[in-house]
Amino acid sequence: MMLPTAAAPLATHRATGATVLALAIGVFLLAFLVVPVATVVYVAFTEKGGGGFTLVNFVDFARTDLFVRSFWNSIYVSAMTVLWSSAFALPLAYLTTRFEFRGAGLVQTLGFLPLIMPPFVGAVAMQLLFGRNGTVNLLLDEHFGFKIGFMEGLNGVIFLQAIHYFPFILVNLSAALRNIDRSMEEAAQNLGSHGLRLFRRIAFPLALPGYVAGASLVFVKVFDDVASPLLLNVKEMLAPQAYLRITSIGIDDPMGYVIAVVLILIAIATMWCSARVLKGKDYATTQRGGGGLARRRLTGRQSILAYALVLSILALVLAPHVGLLLLSFATVWSFSPLPDGFTLSHYARVLGDSSVYITNTLLYSGLAAAIDVVLGGAIAYLVLRTRVPGRGILDWGAGAALAVPGVVLGIGYLRAFYGVKLPDGTSLAALWIMIVLAIAIRRLPYALRAAYAALQQISVSLEEAAENLGATKSRTVRRIVIPLMTGGLLAGFVTSFATAAVELSAVLMLVQNNSDAPLSYGLYVLMQTPAGRGAGAALGVIAVIIVAACMGLSQLAADRSQRARGLDL
Amino acid sequence: MSAVAIDIKGVNLSYGPTHVLKDIDLSIGPGELFAFLGPSGCGKTTLLRLIAGFAQAQTGQVMLDGHDVAALPPWKRDVGMVFQSYALWPHMTVAQNVAFGLEERRRPRAEITARVAKALELVGLSAYADRRPAQLSGGQQQRVALARTIAIEPKVLLLDEPLSNLDARMRVSVRRDLRDLQQRLGLTTIFVTHDQEEANTICDRIAVMEAGKIRQVGTPMELYEHPANLFVASFLGSANILESAAGVTVPSGHRLVFRPQHASLSAVDGATMCGPVTHREFLGATVRYGVQIGDREILIDTPFQSGAELRSIGETVGVALPPERMLYLPA
Repeated sequence: MMLPTAAAPLATHRATGATVLALAIGVFLLAFLVVPVATVVYVAFTEKGGGGFTLVNFVDFARTDLFVRSFWNSIYVSAMTVLWSSAFALPLAYLTTRFEFRGAGLVQTLGFLPLIMPPFVGAVAMQLLFGRNGTVNLLLDEHFGFKIGFMEGLNGVIFLQAIHYFPFILVNLSAALRNIDRSMEEAAQNLGSHGLRLFRRIAFPLALPGYVAGASLVFVKVFDDVASPLLLNVKEMLAPQAYLRITSIGIDDPMGYVIAVVLILIAIATMWCSARVLKGKDYATTQRGGGGLARRRLTGRQSILAYALVLSILALVLAPHVGLLLLSFATVWSFSPLPDGFTLSHYARVLGDSSVYITNTLLYSGLAAAIDVVLGGAIAYLVLRTRVPGRGILDWGAGAALAVPGVVLGIGYLRAFYGVKLPDGTSLAALWIMIVLAIAIRRLPYALRAAYAALQQISVSLEEAAENLGATKSRTVRRIVIPLMTGGLLAGFVTSFATAAVELSAVLMLVQNNSDAPLSYGLYVLMQTPAGRGAGAALGVIAVIIVAACMGLSQLAADRSQRARGLDL
Repeated sequence: MSAVAIDIKGVNLSYGPTHVLKDIDLSIGPGELFAFLGPSGCGKTTLLRLIAGFAQAQTGQVMLDGHDVAALPPWKRDVGMVFQSYALWPHMTVAQNVAFGLEERRRPRAEITARVAKALELVGLSAYADRRPAQLSGGQQQRVALARTIAIEPKVLLLDEPLSNLDARMRVSVRRDLRDLQQRLGLTTIFVTHDQEEANTICDRIAVMEAGKIRQVGTPMELYEHPANLFVASFLGSANILESAAGVTVPSGHRLVFRPQHASLSAVDGATMCGPVTHREFLGATVRYGVQIGDREILIDTPFQSGAELRSIGETVGVALPPERMLYLPA
């Protein structure tokens, strides 16, 4: 038998290459994800100054009124945000998927807005529009003699987060509603059900998986958000407390770490709960095809109501963007519905002396996205195309980055790398490259998902054909796999890049001086002072433009690669 | 509850430029088991959905028991429909599925429990009340869908391709069960199918549809013996269609039509027509020959007898056809 002996060395060689790659990725994830997070957990369970295992820090946490109050405030704000987001998303999703409705596409496009602008960017603009002396309340007071406390205390955070994050529920719920076989609802109508009861008893339960996926995402995002509450001057929430504790008391104080552990636990608990709720409820697979959706027609009065509802929600969603734009051109804007005058000076300032923020952002996001694409592509290849032991762990590890709040990762980097000194005496944690690595870890799941999608579309037989014609494994990867994955990887790059450009919570912990700061950090700092707001808003507008342009590019790249491979439908 | 008649008058229905139903007139008697039969895309399911209220006609009336129901939404029609996919709700148990329609009608709890039990007993699934639909076989799921529909005691029962998701062996027994149940309930029932055997075996009358039109209405035997047109003749069973034949005068604008088993092979002399044998298929009880007549090939079924001599391919044979078996149908 010639074949087995001839094939054996080849297989070993192939396995070695893949193993080396897997090991390299493993070491990277270990150093920049596992070690920092493990350090945080370790410190939280260790006596201050000593080395022994202890729960005393958690007892201290539970005994400190401020932390307990912050914990419940965070739970309350996250839960209320889910509630309000649902109130916005449910009618929009149902209207646009079940009825003949003009502008359904526009409403669904809103789903991309939270990716374009995270809530902290619009926080100050929202204050100016909806605050005690903001546009809306000034007008209300003038015409009707009362004000509404949209932005008072925790309400402000809830309001801001809800209008930013409801599209996560909208997108997931709409997709779920669209996947329901239409005979499911027709059968209910046939048996006498209609209107809200039909939605409550049939449509919503069947779409529950989509709803829960969106709602749990919103809950975790809000719970982990550091910057938005701080910009609204709300300090008594858990994630802001972690940040304040570390920055004001120092990296030796255990409380920041305890809070970080609580943040991780809440994220894991939320995901666990949503998985529990969804257990055995993956209905999509149990349904047989019965044709697309039959959209129902709205009566005259119904459509007036529906359009009024949709338009008011649209107005709310666009409010922070409009506010930000106004603010970026405003000379002075306070105690008046609109700015007193308009100027271009903020843009001049931002593009002049503050342009370092922009160049830093382009550099950091570009590097981080490049790291993500390389890692994501390699992990996808190892998982889908090789049998290297431990490939499942890599996949799990890269995905687990989703559960690590940005502020926790930031704290972990500070603690883990602060003591590591370079030859010239500077700390490793102070290097700007650490910011890049933290962002890269945070955005790795996005690139990984894109890489999986790209690789899954390539038939294994294409690679086998190349090997059959004499190409080695590595040449096959280089000449066949990578060229075919380019479109997908490019889309992954752009998504990682765009979302990295507005990443703040990890960055907030790691920026040591202004010259190393990216745009999101500069925006955060400028927004703290009335004098800096205009420039901050200008930075925000620039960020939105960068991200929006990236999203457009990514769409274009995805379309192109689809068409190039004849997948165009 | 006495059975209800269905009358459809002058119905036209279009989706945009597609004219799906054309001038439909149809009367279905109380208690009838009636089939809409036709190839896919002929409009039979749309007609069924029109009766259930899931489609809107541009013209015409749909009358149940003499009342026009066009203005009523689906949930007010009391028309029970069993969907092709069964549409059982996966988040509810079998009993909850069956109870749904009664709950929507706000019946008292005790009555609901009793009627659910009765409906499940009727379809022989009492033991499965607490299962989820996904835990049942295809045949059981279909019976749940049926129980769910008859639990509300609908005025009429609509079945959309009820046998299409079952395997071939199940179909024969399920269609008999359907017929039994329908007879016991005395419910006016419409059965949509593309399979002539299903329609022939259990239905009282059939409407054969093609391209949005009803081509003929009648009992299965009437349709087979006296098809009104070429479509019905060839859709129900096999039919030979010839433009002309030597020695036979076909009226102008008509075609000569006959069934394969009504003709026989004979000597060339004195035969109605003759031609070479093109192929031969053994079907068990019969042997089917293809015979080339002019530019057409016709089929002749002859009873198979052990030891009988078979004709061979290429052999010129005569075809004998009694005049009373010749049909002249408009082209």
